[in-house]
Amino acid sequence: MKARLYRVLTAALVLFVMPAAFAESLQINLPRGATEVSNSVYSLHMYVFLVCVVIGVIVFAAMFWSIIRHRKSRGAVPAKFHDNVRVEIAWTVIPFLILIAMAWPATSLLLDMDNTDDSDLTVLITGSQWRWDYEYFDYDVQYRSSMATMRDQVYANLPKGENYLLEVDRPLVIPTNRKVRLLITSDDVIHSWWVPEFAIKKDANPGYINEAWTRVDEPGIYRGQCAELCGRDHAFMPIVVIALEPDDFEEWATNEETRLAEEREEEERLLSMQMTMDELMTLGESVYNAQCAACHQPNGQGVPGVFPALAGEGVSVDSDGLNDHIDIVANGVQGTAMQAYRDQLSMRELAAVITYERNAWQNDTGDEVQAADIHNYIQGDN
Amino acid sequence: MSTVVDTHHEHDDHHDHKPTGIKRWLFTTNHKDIGSLYLLFSFLMFFAGGTMALVIRAELFQPGMQIVDPHFFNQMTTMHGLIMVFGAVMPAFTGLANWMIPMMIGAPDMALPRMNNWSFWILPFAFIIMLSSMLMPGGGPAFGWTFYAPLSTTYSTDSTALFVFAIHIMGISSIMGAINVIVTIMNMRAPGMTYMRMPLFVWTWFITAFLLIAVMPVLAGVVTMVLTDKYFATSFFDAAGGGDPVLFQHLFWFFGHPEVYIMILPSFGIVSAIIPAFARKPLFGYASMVYATAAIAGLSFLVWAHHMFTTGMPVFASLFFMYMTMLIAVPTGVKIFNWVSTMWRGSMTFEPPMLFALAFVILFTIGGFSGIMLAITPVDFQYHDTYFVVAHFHYVLVSGAVFSIMAAAYYWLPKWSGFMPDEGLAKLHFWCSVISVNILFFPMHFVGLAGMPRRIPDYALQFADINAIVSVGAFLFGFSQLIFLAVVVKCMAKKGQAAVAKPWEGAEGLEWDVPSPAPYHTFDTPPKIEAPIR
Repeated sequence: MKARLYRVLTAALVLFVMPAAFAESLQINLPRGATEVSNSVYSLHMYVFLVCVVIGVIVFAAMFWSIIRHRKSRGAVPAKFHDNVRVEIAWTVIPFLILIAMAWPATSLLLDMDNTDDSDLTVLITGSQWRWDYEYFDYDVQYRSSMATMRDQVYANLPKGENYLLEVDRPLVIPTNRKVRLLITSDDVIHSWWVPEFAIKKDANPGYINEAWTRVDEPGIYRGQCAELCGRDHAFMPIVVIALEPDDFEEWATNEETRLAEEREEEERLLSMQMTMDELMTLGESVYNAQCAACHQPNGQGVPGVFPALAGEGVSVDSDGLNDHIDIVANGVQGTAMQAYRDQLSMRELAAVITYERNAWQNDTGDEVQAADIHNYIQGDN
Repeated sequence: MSTVVDTHHEHDDHHDHKPTGIKRWLFTTNHKDIGSLYLLFSFLMFFAGGTMALVIRAELFQPGMQIVDPHFFNQMTTMHGLIMVFGAVMPAFTGLANWMIPMMIGAPDMALPRMNNWSFWILPFAFIIMLSSMLMPGGGPAFGWTFYAPLSTTYSTDSTALFVFAIHIMGISSIMGAINVIVTIMNMRAPGMTYMRMPLFVWTWFITAFLLIAVMPVLAGVVTMVLTDKYFATSFFDAAGGGDPVLFQHLFWFFGHPEVYIMILPSFGIVSAIIPAFARKPLFGYASMVYATAAIAGLSFLVWAHHMFTTGMPVFASLFFMYMTMLIAVPTGVKIFNWVSTMWRGSMTFEPPMLFALAFVILFTIGGFSGIMLAITPVDFQYHDTYFVVAHFHYVLVSGAVFSIMAAAYYWLPKWSGFMPDEGLAKLHFWCSVISVNILFFPMHFVGLAGMPRRIPDYALQFADINAIVSVGAFLFGFSQLIFLAVVVKCMAKKGQAAVAKPWEGAEGLEWDVPSPAPYHTFDTPPKIEAPIR
């Protein structure tokens, strides 16, 4: 008797542990995540799932029992009953009680997730097609985060790295054990900022600001993606968050403030410097491929009817259109997907990318745009 | 059978004359012809939308972009959704309503036969307009079938104008169809066919028709607002002009959630006809089935924002919509318990309609469970917009609604065509479908929980294995439907075993009192119903 019990227990153990082990290597469930909230979400998910499994087993068992036993080929004679008020009341009331048992923990968790009070740090997250901007309220730090996976890894058969489509050039950095408040908005269409391990998914609505918060327990790298269809490159808008110990974070933030300040000074200094055509074209090409190629395509052909071509047509080949060209790139085009780049790129980068667009793909206008030209244009504009 | 049927008219064929050739179909006001047109149109759209699904799954077979451009991929997901919802599932149910409701209530035809013709014949034009928009520069709609603003306004291509026009036409068609169903049921029931004696298919369609009339105008309103935002400088959904993009979602889902019940309530009616027939036992809890259907329809107006938990709505609104959504599990549970109790101590056989009905009960219930999970707001933040949602709504729509339509087709094909569906092929179709549909949709739960967003043409490497399995399942399921096509074509070609008036031993209802195939005109003289038919 005892031996049999052990055998059954071992079998059960194998049955339950095997898929669990399998699940470790091949992720098939929600992550527990890196925060107290994400752990609670995971527990609630498993609780609701198991309740559903139990109900499912009971209902399907009854159904299969009658499919097997109550079949005509076994000589089953149909019963006549077609109502039973007591049973019907029972299976209306019992599910209702089960639902209350689910709603209770869900309500308290939701109220907790909604409470963004008493935060230690605030970051403004702005989505735009197809990248994220991060701006720290408590530090003079602001930057843009774009996917780092190369186009050729997506479109050609270049070998794909371990974090294919989940890697960015500049991750968001936050401290551990601090309540970080996230303000989420968008510059164009609706995006959704989602990091599964924080159990945060919040829509970025243009013109409105949503709030969320997280308190990460362990330092580490956490990855996510945009979760709301936002146009052509929706799949190519990853999120990477690095959580650092509070001291390391302070150090990072201070360094970053200094570095960005120096960059701005350098920018001022460079306004008076002339770049050669080659320098402009090289820098322009890299800026173009990072910022512009997603819509206008690497060959400048655009997508007919969706994104205008730059090669051989439009303002890029209009010899009198230089100011219009600068205006479009710097200020964007109202009512279209073309966004304003004056705050996203440096004067140098703007000059280089405009020079590139006017000379690449046999556009050959010969126009050389310098950072000072952009500066003057924007000053005049103001 | 406790009905008195006047079979006199079945013998004099002289008023059975009808125009021949294309004129018969273009000008028809006959509910059976119009039903057939709806069903064939829906079948065509099912294959069109299915082909698009296979393009999607082919691209997703492995990581990286191999076959299509991301912009075209977005057009495929958009068109697949629109075609399956408005072109395949809804017209199939309208076709079934046209064929069966007059015969089930002992009426000679639908109440408004000329409007019936019109409501079908504008539909092909709507789809020609929508599909041809894919030939425009920049392609067709690429913003998902939910066409969230501002992606569908400021950021869309000019095909949006055609999309809006097509949706308007589809909406008009649905509203006319719904009016016809309501007027028919309220006015043309045979003497003695009281409301509480109507077959459940009639009841569920009656309620569905009210849902359609309530929400299709909202859809028409919201597409019009998209049109004016895009072309006439309004700012309903643009914060810069005082609007709100989230308003779009409230309006869309106020239509969209009742819409999902529009696509499932008639299924409940079909399954409630088939299970008693093959269990040879009356439906358990007829009255509670009617009340549960009405309760689901009523609640469907109070749950729309559960599609919008991540939009940042006030926490108390989230709580309200979570509780209301969970509440829907109660009447839905009642229905499932009733079906299982109908089988309990019955005398079951497993002809093709019953197989599909049983698969419906199990697989729809699985979709219901994931629905409960999705209702729980704090965990919905993790599920929302992932493949978990894709798995959920395909369980209720494919192995739910579509399976019930197939069950209905096998159940009533003898009545429509006069020939029995080939049982061997039909069973092959069933087993291929039920296995492949699970290979296709079950693993989507896992890949969604693991973190794969929906509507993406390319994905991270950890999702590769499961996506490969899903794609294999998709192709198996897609090609299995060719067997269904073969069965239907065989019946239409009048091959196989001829059907008797009542080919299913346990079947109940007035439709089985008329010969197979049903004559062009039935119940010119209404039958008298003296006791409940169940």
